[in-house]
Amino acid sequence: MSKKTLLNSKDIEIILHRLACELIENHNDFSNTVLIGLQPRGTFLANRLTALLKNEYGIKDLKLGLLDITFYRDDFRRRDSPLAATSTKIDFLIEDKKVVIIDDVLFSGRSIRAALTAIQSFGRPENIELLVLIDRRFSRHLPIQPNYKGRQVDAINEEKVLVSWKETHKKDAVYIEQK
Amino acid sequence: MDQLSVEHLLGIKYLKTTDIDLIFKTADHFKEVINRPIKKVPSLRDITIANLFFENSTRTKLSFELAEKRLSADVINFSASQSSVKKGETLIDTVNNILSMKVDIVVMRHGNVGAGVFLSKHVNAKIINAGDGTHEHPTQALLDSYSIREKLGSVKGKKILIVGDILHSRVALSNIFALQLQGAQVKVCGPTTLIPKYITSLGVEVENNLKKALEWCDVANVLRVQHERMDIKYFPSTREYTQLFGINKEILDNLGKRIVIMHPGPINRGVEITSEVADSDQSIILNQVENGVAVRMAVIYLLAQQIKR
Repeated sequence: MSKKTLLNSKDIEIILHRLACELIENHNDFSNTVLIGLQPRGTFLANRLTALLKNEYGIKDLKLGLLDITFYRDDFRRRDSPLAATSTKIDFLIEDKKVVIIDDVLFSGRSIRAALTAIQSFGRPENIELLVLIDRRFSRHLPIQPNYKGRQVDAINEEKVLVSWKETHKKDAVYIEQK
Repeated sequence: MDQLSVEHLLGIKYLKTTDIDLIFKTADHFKEVINRPIKKVPSLRDITIANLFFENSTRTKLSFELAEKRLSADVINFSASQSSVKKGETLIDTVNNILSMKVDIVVMRHGNVGAGVFLSKHVNAKIINAGDGTHEHPTQALLDSYSIREKLGSVKGKKILIVGDILHSRVALSNIFALQLQGAQVKVCGPTTLIPKYITSLGVEVENNLKKALEWCDVANVLRVQHERMDIKYFPSTREYTQLFGINKEILDNLGKRIVIMHPGPINRGVEITSEVADSDQSIILNQVENGVAVRMAVIYLLAQQIKR
């Protein structure tokens, strides 16, 4: 099993700044926009981007919610190991808001499909966009594409993309691992 | 561990502490779900649940039905009063007929002790016991413990008093098992005739003086006198029962501490509890009802997770 570094911490920092700038281009002061991080792994990226937008780019009223999609997944009872839910924290309505869903890796698109259903429980948004750090091309099961992506990867199905964050693994990095 | 150790929910006595923890953790998530603008999740889209109530119920039946619908399951209801049971059909025949319509989970209330256990051995479906005679009512005990945990932070080490008709109460027995499993101390209080003879063998203390018992406890779970299950007279009059075991504001105000008041319903106002107490801010009776839906969603969700197609 070999592990190749795809992005180091410097690369990730540059990418985060670029993603923040792309978001600002489309959402200005974020007065009508909310960011939704997908539990569990998308929340690190969402928190990091929120901090960056607030501290480096002076965005004041930034709303960030965390969404758990466990109860909306389409593989309930089809997996060998049971799914454990994490918490949802969305203390605002998303009615008529622009929503940006944030996740770390876009693979089959099924998590995003579940998130699109889940988000409807909080109102009818004006539109929904998708931001991911890694877009694994050629592995989609559904017609879902990101609006903002950190890096596109042509990994084959036998390969696994691992994202590690400072908060949990002491350093920021993205690896590709051969199974 | 993210899976229950049991295949059916027949009684609290079959559960482990880890099962209760898992149910409560899952219920926390569902409590958040049922407070959303849209209170429904699609998890159980392809599951069919039959609610079989051979005994009357309003609260439990509504609570189960709501929990099932909030999980997007298909629901069929059955009450014994409108069924072929009256025409002489046996329990297994009734249930097997319903199961041949492809039902995955059966929620059953029955007047006979052990009806759920019996059914689980003979039919191919998940069984949830919604009360069997004077034996167990596991989901009620779970939601009671969940409500105590929500109000006081934890159940462990708390002193819980169960007041009233212990003899005919399935809520009392399930609560005793559930509370002891989670490390609480349990005492019961009521007329000697309504306390089972061997209850102390379960590690439960008995106190006949209501005032002393209330002074001891952190939480008092007040039960109704079940006149419909009494074949003989167990106490002289309802008025005398109320004087000796009825909870009123005066007795609570003289305790020197604030205790939490619970009641599984239905309440006989002015008998075991006065309206003033039932509607006071010490009472968590309505929280119990809300938590009932979340806890039942968790139980159904966790059992459904084990169904493989």
